[in-house]
Formats: sequence, structure tokens, C-alpha cells
Amino acid sequence: MSLLQKALENGKFAVTAEMAPPKGYSFQEQLEAAALLQGKVHGVNVTDMQSACLKASSLGLCIHLKQAGVEPILQMTGRDRSRMAIMGDVLSAASFGIDTMLALTGDHPVVGDCKDAKPVYDLDSVGILRMLSEMEATGNDCGGNPLAGGAPVFFKGAAVTPVYEPQILQINKLRQKVEAGARYIQTQGIFDLDSLRQFMEAVDKAGIKVPIMAGIIPLKAAGMAKFMNENVPGIAVPQEMIDRLAAAAAEGKEKGVKGLPAKLGMEMAAEMIAKIRDGHICPGVHIMAIGAERNVPPILEMAGVQVEF
Amino acid sequence: MIITQKKPVEELLDMLEGVTKVAIAGCGQCASACQTGGEPEVQAMKEFLEQHGMEVVGTMLPDECCHKLLVRRDIKAIKNSDAQAVVCMACGDGTQTVADNINLPVYPANNTMFLGQVERVGMFNEYCRMCGDCVLGSTGGVCPITKCAKSLVNGPCGGQKNGKCEVNPDNDCAWILIYKRLVSIGQEDKLGQTRPDKGYAGVSYPRRINLREKK
Repeated sequence: MSLLQKALENGKFAVTAEMAPPKGYSFQEQLEAAALLQGKVHGVNVTDMQSACLKASSLGLCIHLKQAGVEPILQMTGRDRSRMAIMGDVLSAASFGIDTMLALTGDHPVVGDCKDAKPVYDLDSVGILRMLSEMEATGNDCGGNPLAGGAPVFFKGAAVTPVYEPQILQINKLRQKVEAGARYIQTQGIFDLDSLRQFMEAVDKAGIKVPIMAGIIPLKAAGMAKFMNENVPGIAVPQEMIDRLAAAAAEGKEKGVKGLPAKLGMEMAAEMIAKIRDGHICPGVHIMAIGAERNVPPILEMAGVQVEF
Repeated sequence: MIITQKKPVEELLDMLEGVTKVAIAGCGQCASACQTGGEPEVQAMKEFLEQHGMEVVGTMLPDECCHKLLVRRDIKAIKNSDAQAVVCMACGDGTQTVADNINLPVYPANNTMFLGQVERVGMFNEYCRMCGDCVLGSTGGVCPITKCAKSLVNGPCGGQKNGKCEVNPDNDCAWILIYKRLVSIGQEDKLGQTRPDKGYAGVSYPRRINLREKK
């Protein structure tokens, strides 16, 4: 059974991290980071050309992680693959023992770095989940033909953007994802617990029952926060956090100490995680360290999270 | 309406390299409304080609350049001329219909852009992608296939900011438009409706419809 599924079903505080494959074919850096995450998290999402920027495939790094003893979570978008290609990749993943996946629609090629690529979008996130659920239920492929040896079973997840107006559209889509087979949800990066609480109440009120893991992005600098506020939909870093990061940068400059804003960012992330856990706001967190995966274990330590398996 | 846009003249002149005698075909329908192939544009093209040393030996302006029989009727004058090539100022459909009717090179003067609404003179918006399986009945008359950059049928992605699409911030998020429209016509419940994923088995092109075929 999926490690993440076991944690969520047994009421353990679930922790996942995230990693991007390289833009190239040397996976050395990723495997070094993976070694640090081993035994510290319930799974590591492997992104599928996030922001529509070309990388090695998600499946490739997932296989590497699995072989290195770290539980991979296969992210699958519909941007570059038809339903046939998605199912083919998922079957291959299953043959390597990969049993956890996350379905996403995928950022449009136009916002990425290979703008001439043809967007596919044969299926969106809901369609991918529906197709895999159907496969599991019937043992058939996407054309209704029987799969040799039956269908693999995945612990399937999806994403949600809590900071969204009008919120009812996200709630409605969340409901469709859950009905299509999503068994866990990871949110876009959260920086304000009040808006997270408000969202969780709205989900509750809508009668949607699914574990929702809060997305945590450790900030590295005030500039990063400002950039994300301006450019990443669904991200809203409060001004107070940006000011604190700027003050840390100024302090570092004065004292001649490097890395103070990043250290503060880790502390703020840890504080958030501790509050989410202690306040029982969400049953877990998903930490997106964006290239600084080695910071995940110290953040968890600062938050006092001892991951149980 | 089929919306067309003039190609850069350099591209057209490249296609016409070595041609000294040329004919022009316009279109009395869409291309006239788009100001890409109506009477004034055909006249302007004639003058332009003449300025570039070509002799324009014939012009035609069928009511619809995509109508094979109309084109066959009107193209006779060009067939009887000594034109070496035809410049077609219709859409891609019209250009091919002209080519179907004459054994000469037919060069497109326009790019065919989309099926669109005429908002007002000279302003066109893409409104239909001819998916072959209309969903407008459940989306308040706002097309998610056309107005969503990802053609999403199950609701919005997370990529909107202030109601605008991240793919092109000039565009509204289709699903916010759909939501507002459903609320305003009292069909908010349709937002929760599950739609089957679109299949593509029935839309492999080229498509054909024949009303004369026996059922």
C-alpha cells in the first residue's frame, strides 16, 4: 500500500516533499537530495515539467527515487500526453512499484520555455482521475479493452488552489476531482492560515470528504515572495512576511552574514507547519522547497514534526 | 463567419516569383466582411500586383468562394485567359475550392484565422472551434472549448489572476464567465454537472456531411 495512503488512513501527520527532474540527463543532484529525504517524508512529488518548462520526464526521476528507497509520487499532467500516453506511463510506473500519483491539468506551453509545443489537453485533471478509476474498476484500458493481468491500483491525488475568487469554482472542481477518484489533495502554497482555515470550512460545508494537505513554500527572499505574488496565480504572501524577509536581508548586510532571509523563510515555514498540525487544520503538509529540498528535514525538525510510518 | 487576415505582402510576392500574368479571386462573403477579399481589396491587390510588374489578366468575385458550383461558373473567364497563377483572397476553403476548379497554381493572399463573431466593423472574436459536440447548453452559452485556452470541460484550472487567463491576460477566464452567466440566468446548478470527457473518434478530419445519403 502507498506510504502516503497508510499515513493518512492511520491518522499520522502526513508529510510530502517535491522535486523537479533535471533539465538534462544527470540526476546526480536530485539523488543527493533524495538521500537526505529518505525516511523523513511519506513521499516525494516529482513534477511533470512544472510551469511548462522542459525537464526530464517525471517517470524517469520517479524510477530513480524508487530504486533509491524514496517513495515517489508521480505527477501526471494532460498538457503533453493524450489519454493513451498517460495510461502507458502509468502502467510503466506500476511495473516499477510506483503506487502513488497526482493528476494535474498542467500549465499551458505558452507560459513555459518551449512555447511552440502543441498543447494536448486530451484529458484534464478530472479526466485523468476518472480514466484511472475506470481502469481500476474494470481492468480495461482507455478504449475499453482488457489489460493483460488486470489493472494496477494507484493512490490518486489532485491539487487545489484555496486562494481563488470566486471560491465556489474551486470547491466545485474539488468535488469533481474527489468524485473522479482523488483520495488526497495537495494545495497551492499557503502563507496565511486564516485563508486556509476559511477554505477548509468551505470544503467541510460543501460536504467534501478528502484529506487536504496544506502546501508550504519556504520563502528564500523578499524578492521571491514579490515575484510569486505578481506572477503565480493563487499565491498571496502577506506584506508582513515580505517586510520581515527584507529586514532580515538588511540585517545580514549590516552584520556581513549571508543567508538570513532564507533562514527566516525556513523558520516561517516551520512555524506554519507546527500551527497546521497543532491546530488540526489539515492532516498533513506538502512542502515545495523549489530546489532547496535539503532544507526540508531541518524545517520539519524546527516544526517538531517526527514523521511516523 | 470565417475570419481571415492578410498575409504579409512579401510572402505573397515570394510565391509569385517569376509570374508575369496573374488572375485574382475574391470572395463576396466572409472575406468581404473581413476586408481581406471584397471588391475594394481585389481592386487594391490588382494595383499592387501591377506596381510589381505583373499583368492582371482577370478577376472574379463569387458570392461564396467556398461554393464549388458558384466558383466553377465564375472561373470561366480566368480559365480562358493566359493567367499563369491565381491569387486567392478568400479563406483556405475558398482557395482550395478555386484550385479544385482550375489547373493552375493558386496562391493564398490570406491566413485563415478562426470562426468568429463580428463584434463591429473590423473587430472579430473567435467564438467556435467546431468541436462537433456542442456543450453550450450546459455552460450558459459560453464556450469553454473556445474561450478556455486549455478547452477545459470540467471547470477552471488554477491559472487565473483577477479573472484573467494566465495564457493571455487580455482574455477573461472562460469558467468565470460561465459561472457568472449561469448565475445570471438562474442555472447555477449546472456548474456541478459532470460532463463526459470529449472523445475524438468522431472528429478525425477531413469530416464530411451528406444530407443525400440514405439513413
